[in-house]
Amino acid sequence: MTGIPQPFGLLAEVTHQCPLHCVYCSNPVELFERSDELTTDDWLRAIRQAAELGVLQVHFSGGEPLVRGDLETLVAECRGLGLYTNLITSGLGLTERRAESLVSAGLNSAQLSIQGDTAESTNLVAASKRFDKKEAAARIIRDAGLPLNMNVVLHRVNLDRLDAIIDVCVSWGAERLELANTQYYGWALRNRELLLPSKTQLDEAVAVYERRKAELAERMELLWILPDYYEPYPKPCMGGWAQTALTVAPDGRVYPCPVAEEITTMEFASVRDHDLKWIWAESPAFQAFRGTDWMPDPCRSCSRKELDFGGCRCQAFALTGDAGRTDPVCIHSSDHHLVQDALDRANGGDGADPDTDREQLVYRRPTVSARRS
Amino acid sequence: MDESELTDKPRLASKAMLRHDNVRDVELLLLPERVVLLNKSGAAILGLCDGNRTVQQVVEQLEQDFEATDLLNDVMTFLKDARGRGWVVT
Repeated sequence: MTGIPQPFGLLAEVTHQCPLHCVYCSNPVELFERSDELTTDDWLRAIRQAAELGVLQVHFSGGEPLVRGDLETLVAECRGLGLYTNLITSGLGLTERRAESLVSAGLNSAQLSIQGDTAESTNLVAASKRFDKKEAAARIIRDAGLPLNMNVVLHRVNLDRLDAIIDVCVSWGAERLELANTQYYGWALRNRELLLPSKTQLDEAVAVYERRKAELAERMELLWILPDYYEPYPKPCMGGWAQTALTVAPDGRVYPCPVAEEITTMEFASVRDHDLKWIWAESPAFQAFRGTDWMPDPCRSCSRKELDFGGCRCQAFALTGDAGRTDPVCIHSSDHHLVQDALDRANGGDGADPDTDREQLVYRRPTVSARRS
Repeated sequence: MDESELTDKPRLASKAMLRHDNVRDVELLLLPERVVLLNKSGAAILGLCDGNRTVQQVVEQLEQDFEATDLLNDVMTFLKDARGRGWVVT
C-alpha cells in the first residue's frame, strides 16, 4: 500500500429510509428500497475490514439510521474494535429506551439535525410536522450521557433565521453546531433556484455567525461550512479524492464521498463483491482522481493544486457531465459561467416566499419517475 | 499555582476515547468529528486521568514511569489546555 493514504473515517449509510423529505438531501435522487440494503453480516464484515484499513471513526447515517433494528449490533462491533461511533440522526424515532441500548452497545456521540427554528419552517423544508420530536431527541441524547452535536443546512429559506436557529441549539444544550451552507448535489441541485441565497442575505448571515461564535466561545462550538458557490476557489473536497474517508451506501457500493454515486460514468465496487482494502487501494474508481496526475489545465499548472485538489469531482460531473474537469466554482475554470449564471439569478430576483416555495420545491421522496434509466 | 489544583481528580471526558492506533502506530484521542494525534507524554498524562488519581498522583506516576523529575509544571500546563478543549473534566 506504499503511497496509498489510510482512511480515518467511515460513513456508514445504513439505509435511505427517512421520515424527513428534505429538499436539499445529499442522498442520490435515486433512493434505495429496504430490499436493496446490506444485511447485518455484510455490515459487520465491512466494519471489520474498515478497521483493518485504518478507519478510526464510524458515522452511522442514512437516511435515518435508527430505522435499522440492528444498529446496536453494528455499534457493538465497532466498540469491540476500538472504533469511535457517531449517530447522525433526524431525532425522529429516538426513544429513551433506544438511546439507552445504543449507549450500552458503546455509542460515543450523536449529531442531531434541525431544519429551522420552528415547526412551520421545519415542515416547509422537510415536509415533517414533528419538530417537537427533535426537542425531545435533544433531551434524550443528553440524558443518555452523549455529547449533543447539532447541524443545520442553511439556504435561502432559513438563512434569515440564523440567530433564532442558534438560540434553539443553545437552549437544547448542544456543545457543537455545524452551520452547513447547502452544497448543490442530488436533491439540492434540483432545488437550487429556490435554495441559493443572495449575496446580501449571505453577508448578513456571516455577520450573525461571527457575532454568535464570539459570544458563545466557551459554551458552544460553531462551525461554518462555506457556501462554495460564493468562493473564488473550490473547496478542497474530502481533502482530495479517496484520501481520508470512505462511504458505504445502503446497497454496499463504496464511494470516496457521500455524493459520488451521482457520477454515473464511473463504476464503483461493492463490499458484497470485494474486500474493502482492494476497493480503497486498488479499485479503478478510487485511483481515478488520487493525487494530481489526472488533472487537466487550468489545475495542472496552478499553484493551488495541492490546496484544493481541483475541487469537487462530483460537482464537476453534476455541472459539466465530466468528473475530470476543474470544479466550475473556480474562477479559472472555463465552465465557471455555470456557477456565475446561477449566482446572477439568485441575486436578481425577489427573496424567499414560503407560499411560492411550497409549490415549487421538490421534496426528497422515493419516486419512480426520478430513477435513471 | 492554587494548592487545590493538586488535589483535583481529572478524568477523560466521556465523549473522548484514548487509543493506540495499530495501523499507524500512533497514540490518538478520538472525539466527535475529530481525531487528535498525541505525543507520547500527552498520551501518558491522559491515560492516567481516570477520576481516581489526583493531579499530584498523576505527576508522581509519570515521574516514576519516565524516570524524570520536576514534571509538575508541564503536567499542569497540559491539563489546563486539555480542560479548555473539553478533553478532560474535573
